[in-house]
Amino acid sequence: MSRTTLDLWVGIFVAMGIAALLFLALKVGSISGAEIRSPYTLTAHFDNIGGLKARAPVKSAGVLVGRVEQIRYDNERFQAEVVFTVDGRYKFPVDTFANILTSGLLGEQYLGLEPGGEEKTLAPGETIKKTQSAVVLEKLISQFMFDKAAEGEPAPAK
Amino acid sequence: MPDPLVRLENVSFAYGERTILRDISLSIPRGKVVAIMGGSGCGKTTLLRLIGGQEKAVGGQVQVDGQDVATLGRDALYAMRRRMGMLFQFGALFTDMTVFDNVAFPLREHTDLPAEMINDLVLMKLHAVGLRGAARLMPGELSGGMARRVALARTIALDPMLLMYDEPFTGLDPISLGVIGQLIRRLNDALGASSVIVTHDIQESLLIVDYIYFISEGKVVAEGTPDEIRHTRDPFVHQFVHAEVDGPVPFHYPSDDYAAALTGGKA
Amino acid sequence: MGGGIRKLGSVAIDVVWQLGFIARFFWLILVYSGQSFTRLNLTIRELYFSGVLSLLIILVSGLFVGLVLGLQGYEILQRYGSSDSMGTMVALSLLRELGPVVAGLLFASRAGSAVTAEIGLMKVTEQLKAMDMMAVSPIARVVAPRFWGGVISMPLLAAMFSTMGIFGGWLIGVVFIGIDDGAFWSQMQAAVDFRYDVLNGVIKSCAFGVAVSLIAVFQGYDCVPTAEGVSRAITRTVVSSALAILALDFVMTSFMFRGL
Repeated sequence: MSRTTLDLWVGIFVAMGIAALLFLALKVGSISGAEIRSPYTLTAHFDNIGGLKARAPVKSAGVLVGRVEQIRYDNERFQAEVVFTVDGRYKFPVDTFANILTSGLLGEQYLGLEPGGEEKTLAPGETIKKTQSAVVLEKLISQFMFDKAAEGEPAPAK
Repeated sequence: MPDPLVRLENVSFAYGERTILRDISLSIPRGKVVAIMGGSGCGKTTLLRLIGGQEKAVGGQVQVDGQDVATLGRDALYAMRRRMGMLFQFGALFTDMTVFDNVAFPLREHTDLPAEMINDLVLMKLHAVGLRGAARLMPGELSGGMARRVALARTIALDPMLLMYDEPFTGLDPISLGVIGQLIRRLNDALGASSVIVTHDIQESLLIVDYIYFISEGKVVAEGTPDEIRHTRDPFVHQFVHAEVDGPVPFHYPSDDYAAALTGGKA
Repeated sequence: MGGGIRKLGSVAIDVVWQLGFIARFFWLILVYSGQSFTRLNLTIRELYFSGVLSLLIILVSGLFVGLVLGLQGYEILQRYGSSDSMGTMVALSLLRELGPVVAGLLFASRAGSAVTAEIGLMKVTEQLKAMDMMAVSPIARVVAPRFWGGVISMPLLAAMFSTMGIFGGWLIGVVFIGIDDGAFWSQMQAAVDFRYDVLNGVIKSCAFGVAVSLIAVFQGYDCVPTAEGVSRAITRTVVSSALAILALDFVMTSFMFRGL
């Protein structure tokens, strides 16, 4: 193998490798679209976060606007404290509602933001006051069964 | 004798517990071909490694061109090795390069000569060993004798002041053996270098060298010019020159008593 | 019993000794790496041997792994009615784990063993000693270019492996099973994060490249210069590379993906 064809093969090899890396970065990992730019941090407190995890998406109107950074237990309020970042391009009113929602019946859990009507927007580092906890399936089912039972037997024997 | 190129003074060497050389003194004068002889495994090759600085002596001093090899740092040692050439027992050619590239290797590594000049120099060196026509072959395509001649061409590529040969005659047919012997002598004289040959091939050495040292059990036991060696009465040299089975060098490896070992085995 | 403990102790001391030796060797390679980059054709030659020649096995294995992931993934996901997220599953498992790890294991047995054999044989035939006697450092001339060739090839090969795997998954999912092409890619893109998944996978493959290349050149350089010694060194390269890859993978995974 002479040096020039060897160089050619190595050139092809390196080009293929870089092409593969670009494919993974752009087509598979979508570096451009979903990247969160100049993020700012917000905080929200929940009674129950269900199965929410760090790095879960933050969505508003179904669009990805940020990611959950950190989940802590606040021992003074006995609540979960969720710290999340939001893309700097998006501003939300101070009376925005933060929900923990599930995509589909068994899908991953995410933080949903429902904007309110106030003029003033949330500044970086502020806390969202209005939150709704995750729906815990077991609670829902037991409540449903309890209601059913209450319906079926008007005079429970004690 | 005016200032020899290589001088060993009371050199001792050991691999761990095993003593290889004890208290050896010898010198290699400038412009001469010196043979170091002895049976297999008597530490001859170790001597070359000491001169080349690949091993450090436990005691004594190894001087090459007035410098103590053991005290040289890495850079100084490499600078000295550029002026040394060593021919390994089986040539040690780089198997992934052609004959031409093998001989060009030291020139390309150590000089910034233009490609045409390297080309000319390599062909000159190959011509000197009679293998200019084999320049495009790979080492695997060469016979043992040819491979050793290519290695010789590579060894002299940088015109060294000291040439070292580690068993250059081993495993060669009589013709190749004569060719190598003559090349060693001719190249030494043409380059104005000095040569050390480590070998146990006495007949070939007697024809080409200027001086011979005999080593046995890590010591110099005899020395002299080829004429002196041929007519010596020294029993060791006599046994060596005439290839006698038993003599000062015993046939048996040192062991306990034979009869005792046999009866001990039965009991 | 006492003998067993003594043996264990001596093995442990041997391992520590070797670790120190490898660390010193690694340092030497770094010190003598200058030539690998100033005389680039030395490294390019090694890129050819460890990279280009490993290409075929990497691409074919990647494709097959992707095909299998597609079939198994569909089988499991359709039980939950979410076969659309097959792209996500294939991409995530390849990028995070299978790509770097399987490519690393293949690389160790294809290229690592070849490097060990080559350096070992150069040692047996005294080529390394001859080089040293010619005042050319074997570490700078022989070892360092092979090391860097491996370090550069490995992440590129792992990326190609993952790409081929995703292509294999796409073949099964979209072409044969009939999942919607748009859903396949969009689900994948929504779930795969560049920094978190792609970059971490690349970092892993770089680390494996360093580990495998270091083990390969060290075993070759350190082997007992006999035919048996070389064959043992090759076995050791493959075995300890595999162990190093899996152990490093565990350590790195637990650091990188702790949040989940």
